[in-house]
This record gives sequence, C-alpha cells and structure tokens, in this order.
Amino acid sequence: MEEARTMQVDLGNLMAFDSGHDFPSLPSSREELVEKCLEKGTELVQAIADALFNLPSTEDVDGPIVKLPQPTTKLPREKHLPKPKPPTKWELFAKAKGIKNRKKDKIVYDEQTGTWKRRYGYDRVNDDKDIPILEAKATDEVGSDPFAERQADKKKRVEKQNKNRLQNLKQAATAHALPSHIQLAATALPITGTQAAPKKVSKEELGNVAGLAATATASGGKFDKKLLGEKKPKHEQKHRKFLPVAEGTGQGSQEKEQTDRVLNKLLAKNSHEILNVNKAVTMYNVKKEKKRSKQKRDDSSNSSKLKPQKKVQKKPIKNGSATKGYAKKGSDTKGSATKGSAKKGSAKKGKSK
Amino acid sequence: MMKIKTPKKGRIKRELEKRAPKLVETGRKTLILQGTKTSGLLNSVLTEIYHLKKESSVRYTRRNDNVRPFESGGETSLEFFSQKTDCSTFVFGSHSKKRPDNLIIGRMYDHHIYDLVEVGVENFKSMKSFVYDKKLAPKMGSKPFIAFIGEGFESVEELKHLKEVLLELFRGEVVENLNLAGIDRAYVCTALSSNRVLFTHCALRLKKSGTIVPRMELVEAGPSMDLVLRRHRFPNDGLRKEAMKTAADKPKKKEKNVSRDAIQGKIGKVYIPDQQLGDMNLPNKAKGVKRERREAKMNKQANGHASKKQKAGSD
Repeated sequence: MEEARTMQVDLGNLMAFDSGHDFPSLPSSREELVEKCLEKGTELVQAIADALFNLPSTEDVDGPIVKLPQPTTKLPREKHLPKPKPPTKWELFAKAKGIKNRKKDKIVYDEQTGTWKRRYGYDRVNDDKDIPILEAKATDEVGSDPFAERQADKKKRVEKQNKNRLQNLKQAATAHALPSHIQLAATALPITGTQAAPKKVSKEELGNVAGLAATATASGGKFDKKLLGEKKPKHEQKHRKFLPVAEGTGQGSQEKEQTDRVLNKLLAKNSHEILNVNKAVTMYNVKKEKKRSKQKRDDSSNSSKLKPQKKVQKKPIKNGSATKGYAKKGSDTKGSATKGSAKKGSAKKGKSK
Repeated sequence: MMKIKTPKKGRIKRELEKRAPKLVETGRKTLILQGTKTSGLLNSVLTEIYHLKKESSVRYTRRNDNVRPFESGGETSLEFFSQKTDCSTFVFGSHSKKRPDNLIIGRMYDHHIYDLVEVGVENFKSMKSFVYDKKLAPKMGSKPFIAFIGEGFESVEELKHLKEVLLELFRGEVVENLNLAGIDRAYVCTALSSNRVLFTHCALRLKKSGTIVPRMELVEAGPSMDLVLRRHRFPNDGLRKEAMKTAADKPKKKEKNVSRDAIQGKIGKVYIPDQQLGDMNLPNKAKGVKRERREAKMNKQANGHASKKQKAGSD
C-alpha cells in the first residue's frame, strides 16, 4: 500500500492525523461530503488498526490484550508537578547515623501474660495501666504518685512528638510540599503584649454591632439605610422617652403617673418595712452559691479530714429593721412573707417600671 | 499557634489523595455546564457530549449567569467549580443572537484557566436520528480511535489548538493495556476550511480479512455536527512551558567524581589546590607574635645604629 500523503499515527492515543489531504472543492451536497469524510476516516482508522494489531498481544479470557506504547503527542498537565518533600529532622538524623528502618510486627509476644498481644492499641503489650506495683526507689519523694508521674511523662513525650511533627509540617509547607490530606490552620492570631487569646465573637454580638453604631445618630438609627438581609434592631435605640405634648382624654394624666412612680421609688429605697421577695430570694441564693463554691475550692486544696470543722452559725434574728430586705430564716420566713405580701402590691409598684 | 487538620475518615483521605497533583497523570474530568440562555439544540449537544463521556464528566444543569470565560472577571465561578469537582476541562454552552449555539471548550491548569476555544455548532444531527444495527452500538467508556483529516489542522494555529483540545476531550482514559475485542468507536474530524470542522462519531465494524488485521468499516452512529471557529485564547508562554513539563524531562544529574568499588564501596577523590605557605596569613594575632615583631623591629634598629657606627668607625 503506498501512502502518497503524510500520515502521523499516535498509537498511544489511538489517533491518526492526515495532514496531506485537502479538499480541493467541497462536494455540493452534505451527504456526499459526509461520505467522503467517512471514506477518508476509514483509511486512517485502518492505518491505526494495522499498527495496533501488529503489536505483540497476550491472550486473555476477554480477548487479546496489547500493550500500548506511550502517546507521542505532548499535552499539557492538569496540575503542577508535585514538589519533593524536604526530609524531616528524624530522617536527616537517621541518614547521618546510618539508621535503617526496620519493619515491626503488629503482634508481639507478651512475657507477662504469655500470650500474643498487639504492639499498640487496645490490649497492648507494655501498657502503663497493667502495671500493678511499682517499687519505690531511694530517689523518690515521699508522697509522690509514681503512676501519675508515669502518665505525666508519657503526656510530655506525646506533646514533644506533636510539636516536632508540627515543625516538620511547617517546613514542608514552606517548601510547598505539604501532604494533600493535611492542612495547617492558625488557631489564634499572633498577639504582642497580652497572653490572652482573642475571644470568639458570637452571632448575637455580631448582630448587635450594627445597633451599637446606630446609637451615635440622634434618631437612634431608625432611618439608616439597611443592607440586604439586615433585620430591624431588637429594641428601641432611643433611651429617653418624652411624654406626649398633647394628651388625650380617657386616661389618667401620664405626668401624674410619672411623678408618682418616682416618689414611690424613693420611698421604697429608704423604707424598712417593704420587702421585695424576688430580690430577697435572689440575694440569698447568690450568697449560698458563693459559699458553696468557696467551700469546694477549699476542699479540693486541703484534705477534708485535716480541716477543722467549721460551725455553721445562724445570724441572730432581730425584729424589724435590721434585716433590710434580707430574708428572715426559720419560722419567721412565713411571717415575713405574709408581711411582705401585704406590702407586696406597693413594693411591686415601686420596683417595677 | 497552629493546628494540624487531618480528615477523620479514611474515605475522605483517599479522595483528597486522588485529587492531589501526581507525577504521572491519569485522565482529565470534564465539566459540562450552560450559561444564561441555551437553545434546544444546544441542550441536546451538551447532553450528548455528556453521554459520550459518561464516566469522566460532570453535568451541571442549572443556568450560570455569571460565567463569562472570555471576560476578565467571569472565570472565577468556573475556577471554583473546577476546584470543587476536580474537573480540569469544561464545555460551556450558551446561546445569544450574536453567537447562536455557542460552545466554549476550555482547559485548566492548577484550577486556573489555561486556554479557551469558542466554536459554534451547525448542522447538528443527534444520536437518536441515526439508524443502524444495534449490535454495533459502542459501549460506554471504550477507548476510541480518533482521526483528523485536513491540512488545515497543521497550518492554521486555531485549528491546531482545536485539534489538541478535541483530542484531550475525547481520547478517554490513558491506558497501557488495551483489549482488542473492545474497540468499537471512532471519532472523525475533518477540516473543511480554515474555520470549519466536521465532527462525527462512528461505530466500528470489524470485518474478517486475510491477515490478523481486520478490515475496518465506519458506521455513523453518534452525534454529527459542524464546528465553526469563533474566538480563542491561547495559553501564555510561561504557563505553557510550565504545564508541558514532565517528570522525565529533567534527567537525573550525574554525580561527578564518584565511583563504586567492590571492596571499598563508594569512592571519591579529594582535590586540594597547592598551598603557598609563605603567602598565607596567620589565623590569629597572638600576643607573642606581636611582641616578636616589636623585638625584631627593635633589633633591626639597633643593628642599624651598630652598622652606622661601624661605618663611621671604618671611615
């Protein structure tokens, strides 16, 4: 078969390119054109098949399998070439010393129990928690816990290893050779000065920020242009409320009510007999909690047995004024409650807005 | 303070490793999507391309208004999609009065646009309109034969570019071993003029011939269309150079001056240049040296006086 035209066959891609042929005149009808194209195409495909079937093939269940050569057309890569990883600190050290990596088995024989156990993981060979007795050495302090010390040691070793790993990864990151499944994330911004980490701002706080800025305007941000999706502020930004200039009939005078409120507030503060039950209860609870937490702190630091027993003393109950809003203990609580309830109405009026 | 983030599941780790850049690359995935407006014809073109490349492509069916590959800001969405789906080739279809039935075929390098070619589709005939023996129908995922006819593909830059892009789109997986029984499709691209290419997909019928090589017969099966070249964007040279780099390109540097011996192992020679001991500077100015120099100086002066005296004496 003579090939008058130039034909390039890229067997790796199963592609054939005939650059010699040129359509001198396009055939008039589309079908003829298509036929001609197919004819030429058949020729090219036949040429590829010739080369393909002449390759050495191995017989397989499904059919003959041939080994294709490498494609000759150079095509651009889709991703950059991976950069080689810089050697880690241990790798450098091992290379310098000539230490070779030895393959370790997963199952190791445990002498203590006489069975085969894992080298790491659940139910492993040299587990710290399996040691029942640790003999005291002469160098040990009196009162130190050797088991806790062993645990602390292990923790330190693990932390050191993590730090070294992080350093190695940082080095790889600077060389742009970080492994694909690892990402380094900054947990906190570097701060000069204080050691405190910046607090994470919550969603609510972010929502309030716009409201904070709005208080700078005289109208309290009511007429500010809002962004898409921004909601109205939750409560009025205006902190001063003025009475209306002209008042309607049917209601009591608002001015009178306002002055009444102020007066009652003043009286309530200086009166000894009015009791706000809610406030009293809250104050009592807070005091109790503080005491409890203090006791807890003290208990954890000292052993409870060595501490002298504190006598819980009750305050002497005085009649009348001295309590001043503190709840009276014992049998008097009921009495004070009833007393308070008689004045409760006025007290409530005084305390509420 | 830095934290090391690793995936908690092995499956995710394996996915990430699949997407990582490799020394030798396997086939590219294609993203097929559409723009603000498409025509019925274009829709069928896109779906047929998707069917031809079922295993290695992703089809987005929604409209994407902000994708404009030829404009400077309009490629960010495409790059984002490419990153999310790990597709480095895309086929973007759109229809407008100025550019009816428009297809933009583009490639990416490192999830950034590498090159683009814009073609218009004319004389489209869908797969369903062809009637042929169903036994010949090509199976999904089989490796195709590709034939390019016409000298335009070599002489015209844009056609050359289009040839490369079409090859990359349709060649399928790069495999080493091929089963000869599974050959059943061929793509034929003919350059009809300097800006028109006839593209058609055919099924192969292998007929018995006298030799091992069977006689090929092409039966038109799949979609057939005319591609009219419109705009294009070539890759810039620096990027092209970088993308064409392969691992085998840089030969391993030969270690000079190193030889191996059976007995001694690795041997190298150490060459020391000649040392001029007289010209060399002493490394540290020891106090003794200074004193010696002072004494030498004094002695010289004393000798000088003595010689003068001698001279005077002689005279």
